[in-house]
Amino acid sequence: MRYEPVIGLEIHAQLQTQTKAFCGCSTRFGASPNSQVCPVCLGLPGALPVLNHEAVDLALRAALALGCEVQPTSIFARKNYFYPDLPKGYQISQFERPIALGGGLRLTVDGAERWVGLTRIHMEEDAGKSLHEGFLDSERRTYLDFNRSGVPLIEIVTEPDMRTPAEGAEFFTRLRDVLVWIGVNDGNMEEGSLRCDANVSIRPAGRDAFGTKVEVKNLNSFRYLQKAIEFEIERQADVLDRGGRVLQETRLWDSSAGRTLSMRSKEEAHDYRYFPEPDLPPLVVGASRVEAVRASMPELPAARRVRFVDQYGLPDYDAGVLTQSASLAAYFERTVAACGNAKAASNWVMGELLRVLNERGEGIGEAAVSPESLGGLIQLIDRGTISSSIAKDVFARMHATGAAADAIVAAEGLAQIGDEAALRTVIDEVLAANGDAVAQYRAGKAATFGFLVGQVMKGTGGKANPKLANQLLRQALEQG
Amino acid sequence: MLLDAGAVAIRNAVAAGEVTATAVCEMALERAARLNPGLNAFNHIDADHALRQAAAVDDRRRRGEPAGPLAGVPVAVKDNLCVRGMRTTASSRILERFVPPYDATAVARLDAAGAVLIGKTNCDEFAMGSSNENSAFGAARNPWNPAHTPGGSSGGSAAVVAARCVPVSLGSDTGGSIRQPAAFCGVVGLKPTYGRVSRYGLLAFASSLDQVGPFASNVTDAALALSVLAGPDPMDATCAHEPVPDLLPTLGDGIVGLRVGVPRAFVSEGVDPDVRAAFDATLDILRDAGATLVDVELPHARYAIPVYYLVATAEASSNLARYDGVRFGHRADPSAAGTLREMYFRTRDEGFGAEVKRRIMLGTYVLSAGYYDAFYLKAQQVRTLLRRDYEEAFARVDVVAMPTTPTPPFLLGEKADDPLQMYLADIFTVSANLVGLPAISLPCGFSREQLPIGVQLTGRRFDEATLLRAGRTLETRTSWHAATPPVA
Repeated sequence: MRYEPVIGLEIHAQLQTQTKAFCGCSTRFGASPNSQVCPVCLGLPGALPVLNHEAVDLALRAALALGCEVQPTSIFARKNYFYPDLPKGYQISQFERPIALGGGLRLTVDGAERWVGLTRIHMEEDAGKSLHEGFLDSERRTYLDFNRSGVPLIEIVTEPDMRTPAEGAEFFTRLRDVLVWIGVNDGNMEEGSLRCDANVSIRPAGRDAFGTKVEVKNLNSFRYLQKAIEFEIERQADVLDRGGRVLQETRLWDSSAGRTLSMRSKEEAHDYRYFPEPDLPPLVVGASRVEAVRASMPELPAARRVRFVDQYGLPDYDAGVLTQSASLAAYFERTVAACGNAKAASNWVMGELLRVLNERGEGIGEAAVSPESLGGLIQLIDRGTISSSIAKDVFARMHATGAAADAIVAAEGLAQIGDEAALRTVIDEVLAANGDAVAQYRAGKAATFGFLVGQVMKGTGGKANPKLANQLLRQALEQG
Repeated sequence: MLLDAGAVAIRNAVAAGEVTATAVCEMALERAARLNPGLNAFNHIDADHALRQAAAVDDRRRRGEPAGPLAGVPVAVKDNLCVRGMRTTASSRILERFVPPYDATAVARLDAAGAVLIGKTNCDEFAMGSSNENSAFGAARNPWNPAHTPGGSSGGSAAVVAARCVPVSLGSDTGGSIRQPAAFCGVVGLKPTYGRVSRYGLLAFASSLDQVGPFASNVTDAALALSVLAGPDPMDATCAHEPVPDLLPTLGDGIVGLRVGVPRAFVSEGVDPDVRAAFDATLDILRDAGATLVDVELPHARYAIPVYYLVATAEASSNLARYDGVRFGHRADPSAAGTLREMYFRTRDEGFGAEVKRRIMLGTYVLSAGYYDAFYLKAQQVRTLLRRDYEEAFARVDVVAMPTTPTPPFLLGEKADDPLQMYLADIFTVSANLVGLPAISLPCGFSREQLPIGVQLTGRRFDEATLLRAGRTLETRTSWHAATPPVA
């Protein structure tokens, strides 16, 4: 039977605040274990949470960037369960009344557009970390690090609007771009500051009713997300094809085995006993606060893409690539400012620059060539000082040495030969040495012209200004 | 003796250099050490800590620095308030050896005011109880008669003030835990408006109901203590930004024209004849002092006990989840406890007493899927109705008067096996917590058995000043507050 998958995502994003959600401890990643803790985030007796309003502003940023409706009043709630890295025995979250509802993102997957709606965004705190490995006595003991305990998160819950694993991966990619772009999240999935769970079900193609959904956890890369959804769709289809029933359960993606494994069934699911958090008053967000956050927002990717097309005359494709991240777009715009040639800047950024960075596994922030330097290189081409092919070598050297384009061109004598007398001397030598070719050309075999041009370029070590060389060679052949 | 003269007198004498804080501290330590074996009112007396604090007060005076409002005043705090470096147990096995790394805000404010902390007082485990019998360290005893309960949960704090070991102590009040023991021990006990005093560092029982407040042997000392404790705290998001008026200057202004509401229907049933007589006599005194008595109705007050035991236990079940043996406090022997689950079960089974377990189970049930709407949500709705009852009453009156308790102090053991009877001991006190209003218990007489009886006045939000003024008026017309128990 043919099935249609139905996919929804739940994304946890750490908010890039200086301090934790409910206390003044630092949120810095990688500090020595339990060095960023206090009575509040350790859940000591008598400690109380006080909301960090920087976290609220970042949650509002995310809500506005994703087109959500900010709720004038939201309520924190306790989610009760026991786990050693959850110090209070409950997580402060939001339940019945989250900070934002609705919104969504428009995706383009395989040329088709799809709208993925959001159910909600709610604020919550992260738990600490259980360290099960890496200690001499790890077989007997688990160690706990509470540095992450109380770090602010938003959970973004989508509607079940995706239909393919690729759409799931594309949504997560676009969402990450937005969150990083607006400075809400650092996008670091390895350190766990951005995490994704997927709800996957399948139904016979053409049916409206949803199938039984399975929650898949631990999808901490775009690739795993896509693979886990693919696996899960096949697994469920297999169950149904064999006349079975998909069980409502939570499954864990095992990346080494490349499969999902059952974690707990519906019957084993926690009863979290949510109730309003009595230690925190309702969170009231006035219209003026929303407007202040809106005014401080950077341009969003979709708006910037349109502007790049309008302002720089770029093809939509180029604008899409260049607006994938805030830093890439900024790099492009600085390059244009330095050289005044938007299409060339776009070609170089999307071409050589991204190729070199990808090869090295580096981000745009680590590029050894500054946008101003790249602009300088493009100017040398535009002025005819160097050819495009030489420019690629110059770029490689700029990347290796950090030197400016004109310095490299001068030091290595790479400037094109634009001096007519010098070129004529080379052309005369080429004509003298290739009498046969000259005769063939004059007999009407035009194709030998290319050969002769090649000989002139070779004679100048590739530095001849190609346009001038062509012109002088033709003159010489016709005069002769 | 200076200890009997109260906090204001001690502060004035210390500030004037008539006596050193150290000398007062030694008196208090001596009396506490002498009486505590009979009272079991202190979980912990810390002479070193007290003498250090007293010496610091004396040093500041010698250097000519200003004396704080409680300079040299010996105090005790309930053992559910964190004191840095001092064992804080909530009278529970699970925290028997817990030493907090920080001070509760209320404790820090006492310290900043120059108070000298003698020790931590006994209470029902995690403040859950009305007789002090739920303490893991045995019940405190009533200084008026050691066979009787001092009340609970802040029984120890009431007993040490009644016995004049200290003129002022701190308790916490979730459903009457300051006012009921104050009534039972014949002292003044004030539960401030919810949000008036920071809860930071108070071991939470029921977060939306808990409030820290003072015990004192007279109204003036209670007003002085509240003025030190009250005010906003950046560490407690539920602590109000409301300004704190100077409570002392208006204490003597009298109550001419004060409208005193009396919920006759509510207080007509199940009240002991001695209590009724003392209450009626108190109403007469208030009227003689110029107050007008007005009948009011609190139609939903009769639901207060069930509502309270749904809301308080629900919050408690969550608040007490952190006592899991992982980071602090008691942990079951790891060799006996195999899995993580077993460690949790055994730790909490060994660490918590029967009443605490009962309330955790009740609260867990109340919040469970399928029961939340019927219990927790319904209770919150009734709480709203009760709030409206009081709003309507306060449209017509300035304070509401009731007996603090339906009976005089009962015998230790009398209700220990009957939780429902025990819960009903709080019938007149829980409403103030459910609606967040300030309420004070004042000594108003004695039973035939020479046991104290208290009257309770409830006021408008943040209007502790009126309660204290009315209390001070009663004091000037009676001498109940001046009576001291035979042991003192």
